[in-house]
Amino acid sequence: MAELPSDLRYTKDHEWVRPQGDRWRVGITRFAADQIGDVVMVELPAAGAAVTRGEEFGTVESVKAVSPLYAPVSGKVVAVNDELKNVPELVNNDPYGGGWMIEIEPSDRSQLDELLAADAYGALIATAG
Amino acid sequence: MLVSAASMEKKKTPLWGVHKQLGARLIDFGGWEMPVQYPAGMVKEHRAVREAVGLFDVSHMGEVYLRGPRVREAVERLTTNAVAGAPAGKAVYTLLCLPSGGVVDDCIFYKVSDEEFFIVVNASNTAKDLEHFREQTHSLCEVVDASDDRSLIAVQGPRAVAMVDELAGGALAGLPGFTFADATVAGVPCIAARTGYTGEDGFELSCAHEHAVPLWSALLEAATPLGGLPIGLGARDSLRLEARLPLYGNDLDEDHTPLEAGLGWAVKLDGRDFLGADALRRQKQAGLERKLAGFRIDEAQRAIARHGYPIVDRRITEGSQVIGAVTSGGPGVYVGGSIGLGYVPIEAAAPGGTLWIDCRGKDVAATVVEGKFYKRPAR
Repeated sequence: MAELPSDLRYTKDHEWVRPQGDRWRVGITRFAADQIGDVVMVELPAAGAAVTRGEEFGTVESVKAVSPLYAPVSGKVVAVNDELKNVPELVNNDPYGGGWMIEIEPSDRSQLDELLAADAYGALIATAG
Repeated sequence: MLVSAASMEKKKTPLWGVHKQLGARLIDFGGWEMPVQYPAGMVKEHRAVREAVGLFDVSHMGEVYLRGPRVREAVERLTTNAVAGAPAGKAVYTLLCLPSGGVVDDCIFYKVSDEEFFIVVNASNTAKDLEHFREQTHSLCEVVDASDDRSLIAVQGPRAVAMVDELAGGALAGLPGFTFADATVAGVPCIAARTGYTGEDGFELSCAHEHAVPLWSALLEAATPLGGLPIGLGARDSLRLEARLPLYGNDLDEDHTPLEAGLGWAVKLDGRDFLGADALRRQKQAGLERKLAGFRIDEAQRAIARHGYPIVDRRITEGSQVIGAVTSGGPGVYVGGSIGLGYVPIEAAAPGGTLWIDCRGKDVAATVVEGKFYKRPAR
């Protein structure tokens, strides 16, 4: 099992959140990227869009299929990783770094408590994988 | 109550252990546990076949022998293409049709002799095809299911022919397209056919199950220094779509005829009386009402058409605006953008015209394309 960064929080839908200040960076986990396979396109909302926890905010398309992206927290999109337009494979190659997707300004910081710590997410994918 | 798929015993090819060892991700495919991709991933696998060579385990495909002194009469009745009278050693792509003209399956008939044909059929259709053969050949021949006796490995790509030829001691490079011959490849007795399902040159090698692992290992060892890779079902699908080769169950079914599917070249009607011939003759005379159109979505539109997406015409004010559906679709891994196929009314199928595809709630313009999305360059 690949190492899960301990400074990140996770969802059962396989998104990760890096809660720094009031801009929380969001991406998908290596486990999810491996399951999806080679990513060929990522569709993301524009900066300024509102997202709601648990609801779809975009899609990841691989050769085989399209997978929805679910917002890990509610808030406003304040940054979008435009690099993924030209280099979607970053999602596979560097899921916790260059493969990030959006930054959300959370509507409420207490949402952090709803997210999983690395060990809890690790236990979840150990049973799923 | 749901029956868990995991509780049903899945079939495995003799190469199953090799796929596991190579780190393949295995999926259920028509009751078979098959590799959908290896660690390289579908994009690299796809490119390897376009630029070097790829190995495919296609042992799940069904194999049938038809044999007997009157087998040609049976084959003549079964096949839309001119198969029965073909010379021995010829491999012929053909459709099997119902009297309605609907397609039972598409397959390749290998003519061994005037008294024996070998047929490779789609894995998911093997049981149905066997029943069709038994029902429709009227005891004119013996129908032998050889699916459990033979393994099948496809070797495809610009480096494939020279590579296999070398392993066969120079016996195979001269084999013309759509022919087959007995050969010894890496010491393994095979039937080598110059056929494939990728749009590339190459071979499909049929061997006894017990030889599958040594044959695969020798092929992989030869392919690796050439940049070759083992290829899973995922890239097999994206490769065949670029070459515009239809997939039964998606682009072909019992509700559509070969003429509608654009496979008229494999339907030889002149003076023949095969299953479906009357219906196809009538349809040809009356003209087609719908057709399998190929389409391309420009890369700049950033949309990928997928199987099942509706094809729409928003100018329609009364009744449904849905004029068809995508039967196969995905990214053009080698050609870029998105490509796909779908049945549409004939007036919407003119090459160069625009089709609108409802990609998850967004109408995306696609251009109707005639012919293959990918044509292999002359080498």
